[in-house]
Amino acid sequence: MADWDPSQPILEIDHLSISFFTRLREIPAVMDFSCTVMPGEAMGLVGESGCGKSTVALAVMRELGKTGRITGGSIRFKGRDLTTMGEEELRQIRGSEIAMIYQEPMASLNPAMKIGAQLAEVPMIHSGMGRAEAWRLARQIVADVRLPDPDRILNSYPHQLSGGQQQRIVIAMALMAKPALLILDEPTTALDVTVEAGIVDLVKDLAEKYGTSMLFISHNLGLVMDVCNRICVMYSGEAVETGNVAEVFDEMRHPYTQALFRSIPLPGADKNARPLISIPGNFPLPHERPQGCNFGPRCSYFQKGRCDAAEVPMVPVPGGDRHGTRCLRWDEIDWTAPPAARAVKEKAEIGPVVLRMEDLKKYYSVSGGAFGGGARKVVKANETLSFEAHEGETLAIVGESGCGKSTFAKVLMGLETATSGSIMLFDENVQSTPIQKRNTDTVSSVQMVFQNPFDTLNPSMTVGRQIIRALEIFKYGKTDAERQARMLELLDLVKLPRAFAERMPRQLSGGQKQRVGIARAFAGGAKVVVADEPVSALDVSVQAAVTDLLMDIQRENRTTLLFISHDLGIVRYLSDRVMVMYLGHVVEMGTTDQVFSPPYHPYTEALLSAVPIADTHVTRKRIVLEGDIPSAMNPPPGCPFQTRCRWKSQVPGGLCDREVPPVQVLEGGHQIKCHLSREVLEKMEPVIKIAAE
Amino acid sequence: MPAFIARRLGLMVLTAFVLTFVVFFLTNLPPNLEKLARSEGSVRMSDEAVASWIVQNGHGGSVFSRYGQWLGVVPGWTATDDKGVARGRCFAAGSDPAAAPRFCGVLQGDWGHSTFFKKPVLPALAGMLGATGWLMLWVMIVMVPSALVIGVVSGMREGSRTDRVLSTFSIASTATPEYVSGVILVALLASPVTGLSPLLAEWGWIEGKTLFLGAASPDNISFWSFTLPVMTIALYGIGYIARMTRASMTEVMTAQYIRTARLKGVSFAQVVLRHALRNALIAPFTVIMLQFPWLLNGVVIVETLFNYKGFGWTLVQAAGNNDINLLLGCSVVAVFVVLVTQLVSDIGYVFLNPRIRLS
Repeated sequence: MADWDPSQPILEIDHLSISFFTRLREIPAVMDFSCTVMPGEAMGLVGESGCGKSTVALAVMRELGKTGRITGGSIRFKGRDLTTMGEEELRQIRGSEIAMIYQEPMASLNPAMKIGAQLAEVPMIHSGMGRAEAWRLARQIVADVRLPDPDRILNSYPHQLSGGQQQRIVIAMALMAKPALLILDEPTTALDVTVEAGIVDLVKDLAEKYGTSMLFISHNLGLVMDVCNRICVMYSGEAVETGNVAEVFDEMRHPYTQALFRSIPLPGADKNARPLISIPGNFPLPHERPQGCNFGPRCSYFQKGRCDAAEVPMVPVPGGDRHGTRCLRWDEIDWTAPPAARAVKEKAEIGPVVLRMEDLKKYYSVSGGAFGGGARKVVKANETLSFEAHEGETLAIVGESGCGKSTFAKVLMGLETATSGSIMLFDENVQSTPIQKRNTDTVSSVQMVFQNPFDTLNPSMTVGRQIIRALEIFKYGKTDAERQARMLELLDLVKLPRAFAERMPRQLSGGQKQRVGIARAFAGGAKVVVADEPVSALDVSVQAAVTDLLMDIQRENRTTLLFISHDLGIVRYLSDRVMVMYLGHVVEMGTTDQVFSPPYHPYTEALLSAVPIADTHVTRKRIVLEGDIPSAMNPPPGCPFQTRCRWKSQVPGGLCDREVPPVQVLEGGHQIKCHLSREVLEKMEPVIKIAAE
Repeated sequence: MPAFIARRLGLMVLTAFVLTFVVFFLTNLPPNLEKLARSEGSVRMSDEAVASWIVQNGHGGSVFSRYGQWLGVVPGWTATDDKGVARGRCFAAGSDPAAAPRFCGVLQGDWGHSTFFKKPVLPALAGMLGATGWLMLWVMIVMVPSALVIGVVSGMREGSRTDRVLSTFSIASTATPEYVSGVILVALLASPVTGLSPLLAEWGWIEGKTLFLGAASPDNISFWSFTLPVMTIALYGIGYIARMTRASMTEVMTAQYIRTARLKGVSFAQVVLRHALRNALIAPFTVIMLQFPWLLNGVVIVETLFNYKGFGWTLVQAAGNNDINLLLGCSVVAVFVVLVTQLVSDIGYVFLNPRIRLS
C-alpha cells in the first residue's frame, strides 16, 4: 500500500457492470456504474429496493455469491484493482482495509460465539495479535462505541443484547482493524428512530476520529443528508445522478431525483392542501428494462423518439461540484417549476365518537428462569390507556418498538382480551369479548391492515378468491354472483385493474399486495380500521400512493383510521390527532399541530429530533437519547421515561423517580403526562426550524 | 434447571409405567399363558389342567393385580397345589412361606425367573447388556465422527463434486437396512467360498480362510471379529446422521453471520471450524441421541446375524421362547434407554445452543 498517494481517491468504481446468471438468462443487476470516494469522504448510495445499491456494495467486497459476476469495468481500491485480485489477497483486505456494517445486526453476529471472541478475531487474523491483547483492544473499542459495562458485553452472546447494542457491536467489529473504507448497508433500517439517531452520531464521530471513508447505502434520503457529503442516486441498476449532497438536494438535475423528493412527506406537506405526488407506474424488472432511459416510461418529461432511442450516458452538470446526471433533457427542463396538477382535496368532516377506551390495561405474565422455573413476572404492555376516536378521523399512534402499540391493536381487534378497563365501540362494550365470540357485525366493522403485505396474503389463493373469502366471512351478499360483483367493486376502490382478481399474490408487487390487503380490510364496510405500519415495508414512491389511497377511501367511507407508525414524517402528513406512547403509557396526545410544536413531552421532543428530514432548509436540534428503552418486564419506578429524560433535573424533589406523572391538560385539550411545570413547558423551543426560502 | 430435570424425570417414570403395562398386558394375554402352561407343564395337558396350572402358578386374577405383583406394589401370590405344597411368587416351592417377603417385584429388585435361561432375569440381562454395551460403544466410536465429518465436508460447499459423491454414499447407506447390508458384508468379506476372502487366501495374503470373522462374541473382542457387526449397524446411522449434518451445515453456511465472518477476512477453514461448526452441530446432536434407541433396534438383527450373545439376541430368544419375565425385563431396559437419552439430548441442546431456554 506504500505506493498509494492519499490525495488520490480511496475507492474508484469505473463503468462497473454486474450480472447474475440464472439457468434461464443473464440478469444485469448493475450497469455502467461509476463513482469515486475520496479519503475522509462519505458517499451515500440511495435508491429504492432492487435498484442495485447493495449489489454495488457487495461487489466492492467481491462477495457476489455463486451466481453473481462482474461483467465489466473496474473497482480500484487505493489504486489496486479489486476485480482481478486473488482470494488470498482479498482476504487480507477484507476486514482490515474495507469493513462492512450490515442491515440486520442480529443475523450478522454468530449466535453461538461470545461477542469478545468475535471481535478479537479481527486483529488476531490481520495483525497476528495475541489473544489477550486482542481482547484488550476489543474492550477498548466496545467502550469507544459507547456501550456500558464492556466486560459484561464481551462475555455475553449476541441474543443477550438489544438491537441497538448489537448494531454497535457490528460497528465495533468493523472498526477493530481501523479500516480505510467502511461500507454501511442500511445500518439502521431495523432499528428504532431514537436508537438510529445514536448510531448515526456514533458512525459520524468515529469516521471523523479514525479518518475513515464511508460508502453509506440507504433508502432514507434524510439519513443520507445527515451522514454523507456526497450522494449517488440509483435507479434500476444505474446511477442517475451524483454530486454533492446539498447540490443534489437543492438543485437536482434528474427527473427521478425530483420525483423521489416529491413523494416523501417533508414538513409542509399536507394531505389536503399539498398532497404527495407518487411516481406513476412500477419499477421495471431487471430483464424488462425499457430501451433508452430506464426511467423513461415513468417520467413526466419523457420525449418519444429521443429518450427511448439509445442508452443515455452520464453527463457532467457544468458549474457543479462533480455533479453529474443521466438525463438527455436536463438543461431543457425548468427545475424550479411547481409540480403540475396537484389535486387539492377537501378536508374530511370529523364526526361523532365511534371508539372510546377508558383506563385500558393489558398485563402479561411470563416466567423468568432458563429452564422454565424462576419467579413469574408481569409485563405491563398497556397502562391506563384512555382516548376516543371520532368518525372520519385519523388518529396516529406513535412510539418505538416495545411501547405497547401492537398490544393495543390486538386488544382492540379482540385477539387478546384486556386485563381491565373498557373499550366502547358504537356504545357496545367489547373489551372482554375475544374475536371468536364477537358477532359478524363487530368483526367486519373493526378491521386491520397489516405491516408486511408479503406475509399476509395466502400464497396459494387468487386475489379475487381471498377477497370473496372475506366477504363470505362477513356474511355479505346472498349469492356468489353478488359477492363476485362486490369483489370487483373493491378492486376498483383500491385502484387495481379488475383483471387482478385472477392473479396469484406472487405476481403482484409490494404496493399492489398492500392494496389487496386494504381491499380485504374494507370488504365488510369497516368503520374502524387499524393500520399497523401499513407502508413501512414499501418503497417511498409506492408509500405515497398507498397512503393517498387510504386517505381517499377514508374520505369516502368516513372510516376511523388508527394509524400505527414510527415514521413521524408520514404521521405529520396524514393524521388529525397523534398519540405518543412509551413503555405502555400514553405520554402525549393532541392534534397533530399540538404534538409537533412545543410544548412537548420530553420523549416526543427526542423522537422528533431523531427523525432525519431530507430537506436542506430544515434545521433540527440534536437530542440523542442515552441508553435503550427499558424492558417492559422491569420498568423503572416513577415516570417510565425518567431513565433517559434530559429534563429530569428541572423537576424538583426527585419526583420523577417516585411517582408516575399526572396527565396535564393544556389549552386545546393537549395532554402531556409529565411532572414538568407549566412554566418549563412553555419555555420549550421547537425542535424543527424551517429556514425561510 | 433442577426443576426442569425433576419434571422430566417425573414424566419419564410415568411413561415407563404406561409402557411396561402395555408390554405386560400383551405378553400376558390368555393364549400366551396357555402356551406357557403347555411348555412348562406338559404338552399333552387337558384344557382343564391348563386352566388350573395357570391359576396355580399365579397367572390368574385380574391383569392389574398381576402387574402390581410384578411391580412389587401388590403382595406376591401364594397357592397350595393338589399335592399340598405351598408355592408362591416370593419363595421357591417347598421353602417356608412365612420367611419370604410379602412383596417381590421389579421395585424390590426381583425381576422374576427366566424360563429360557433357567435363572433370574436380572443377572442374565445384566450380562447381556454389558455385551451389547461394548458393541454399541464401538458403533458410536465409528459412526458419530465419520458421519459428522462426511456431513460437514459435504455441507460446507453445497453442490460441489465432493458434496455429490458423499451425499450419494450417505443416501445409499441409509437406504440399506441392516439385514441387507449385514448379509452383503458377510458374503463379501467373511465367507470362505464367495467374495474377497477366497481370492485373498489364494494369493496368500490372509492366514485363515476368511478376511473377517462372520461371528462375534463378547469374550473375544478383536478387530477381525467386531468389524463386520459394527459396520453393519454403523453404516445405516452414518448415512442418516450425515444427511442431517449436511442439511444443517448448508443452512448455516448461507447464514448472514458466515458472510460477516468471511468479510472479516477469516479464511475458509476457520469459517468452517470456528464459526459454522458449533451452529451446524445443534440439529444433528438430537439426531445422534435418537440413534441410541435406534441402535437397540439394530442390535436385534445384527446380534442374531453374527450370533453375538447380547441384548438383541436375548430379546429374540425371549420372544421366540415365550419367556414372559425376560421380555418384560428387556422392555424395561429399552424404555429406560430411550427416556434417558432423550433427557440427555434435551439438556445437551441447551448447552450447545445459548439461545435456547427450556420452558
